Amino acid sequence: MTPSRAVEAFARRHHYRPYEALPWVAAVASYFVFPDYLALGAQILATILFALSADLVLGYAGIVTLGHAAFFGTGAYVAGILAAHGWGEPITGLLAGAVAAAVLGFLSGLVVLRTTGLALLMQTLVVATMVAEAANKASFITGGDDGLQGMEVWPIFGRFRFDLFGHTSYLYCLSALFLCWLAVRRMVHSPFGRSLTGIRENVRRMHAIGAPVARRRLIIYIISAALAGISGGLIAQTTQFVSLSFLSLERSGTVLIMLIIGGVGRLYGAFIGVPLYMVAQNRFSEIDPVYWYFWIGLLMVFIVVFARGGVLGLFDQFQR
Amino acid sequence: MVLYLISVGLSVTMGLMGFVNLAHGVFAMAGGYVLTSLMNRFAVPFVPALLGAAVVVALASFPIERLLYRRLYGGEELDQVLLTMGLVFISVAGATYVWGPLQQPLLPPPWLSGAVDLGIDSFPAYRSFLILCGAALVTALWLGIERTRFGIRLRASVDNLRMAQSVGIDTSRLFMTTFALGSGLAGLGGGLGADLLAINPGYALQNLAYFLIVVAVGGLGSIRGPFVAALLLGVADSGFKYLLPEFGAFFIYALTMAILLWRPRGLFGRA
Repeated sequence: MTPSRAVEAFARRHHYRPYEALPWVAAVASYFVFPDYLALGAQILATILFALSADLVLGYAGIVTLGHAAFFGTGAYVAGILAAHGWGEPITGLLAGAVAAAVLGFLSGLVVLRTTGLALLMQTLVVATMVAEAANKASFITGGDDGLQGMEVWPIFGRFRFDLFGHTSYLYCLSALFLCWLAVRRMVHSPFGRSLTGIRENVRRMHAIGAPVARRRLIIYIISAALAGISGGLIAQTTQFVSLSFLSLERSGTVLIMLIIGGVGRLYGAFIGVPLYMVAQNRFSEIDPVYWYFWIGLLMVFIVVFARGGVLGLFDQFQR
Repeated sequence: MVLYLISVGLSVTMGLMGFVNLAHGVFAMAGGYVLTSLMNRFAVPFVPALLGAAVVVALASFPIERLLYRRLYGGEELDQVLLTMGLVFISVAGATYVWGPLQQPLLPPPWLSGAVDLGIDSFPAYRSFLILCGAALVTALWLGIERTRFGIRLRASVDNLRMAQSVGIDTSRLFMTTFALGSGLAGLGGGLGADLLAINPGYALQNLAYFLIVVAVGGLGSIRGPFVAALLLGVADSGFKYLLPEFGAFFIYALTMAILLWRPRGLFGRA
């Protein structure tokens, strides 16, 4: 590639490519092809958003976190508590969840992002554990171990009711995911997104050229927290249930796994990893829920040893 | 003290070798299972069974290190996290398959089940035994790493891998031994602590946060660090839970965060 062509390719990076429509075509098609699995489909779509938010901090900003479930759970609880106490309007509930998660992201980010490496990993884990503990202790409002019950979610725009088969849920999650994806895609191709990649690749140089590293890391942490909050809110509203497991270390771990199965830092890893994981989980759990762990563990080891970069990474290798 | 016994092994693998080893609890759990199986099924006495647990776990860690861990030395943290989380998941299912989902009972021998009278007050014998073991281990490890040829080689390889290789240290074998040592310690800790930290299939996942906190607060690559951290966190935890039961669990985490902010490498971590 000559320099001028390279520059041109670089300048075109943000243009939409035909293959980028694939996930959306697939998502809309699944609505018609698998009408019996729409409830699972809605969960998958919402979890994709969660993985996408993790991809922002992990894949783009290079912040390894074991506490992303804190934001997911916060969004879920805020949306859930609103719905359980007489404000069931879904879209404002979702936004409230996002705002709450963003505030938590801001406060914890102020502290957590001061460290790097293992200390950072530990800090995120500790924050998530504290949030989970807080939710456990505040059982008079969160329901504690029993989970939050009695949510009543109103119809979207006052017209579309959440039905038993998940038609509304599916389309609701799909629209939310699509809007968030548009925003995320726009952002990672912006100068801001480029500077994040710079911070991931070489912090010192970014300091040297005068980029406000700490502020950028904090901003992306907040944005990612808000998206995770929306994702949690979506799941809370569509399943009408929130439990402490929404905040667990296990959830922080599995979202990383799903993301890595698909491929990190590619924007589309979430769209491949999450459906693969969740469909497989759904199938295997029917056979035996405990041994599902065995297979997923084996798969993780396999990916680290043989397929770094996940499924999308494999595609790259074949192209070369 | 149990936390220390297990965490010191983790400090060895994670700190000295620079590997984020989330699967450490797996080795501790394996130690616990080996111990209880030896005692309950084959009627082996407590002390030999305990040593057996440490040895079996250390031996079992050789192939795991050779096949999996070695590929990722000096690699990215994320890959290490993933690999070891994978091992944790496999262990959960594996333990359920072999031993069933129930907790494994541990029956301490008669000479450990009573109480000891130390003049001031009487203490449960088993816990006193734990504390003695812990103290013995601290001393042994400290001497081992600071004073022996093995320890010198190990510290040299950690500080400067290439230089160590250049002066003729077989770092690959050294790391293998160190890993086995760390895992063996975990096995020992898991076995010893089986009475307090119940041995069940979810063990590695449930206690992961505790081990990590102790090591991170204590400082990587230090033998003293986890010891002090375990004591500090243990005392603070019980103290706050006693004084302010509603907010007990928060203090320990807040304390952890504060310490990590103040010294990101832990209390005794080396810069």
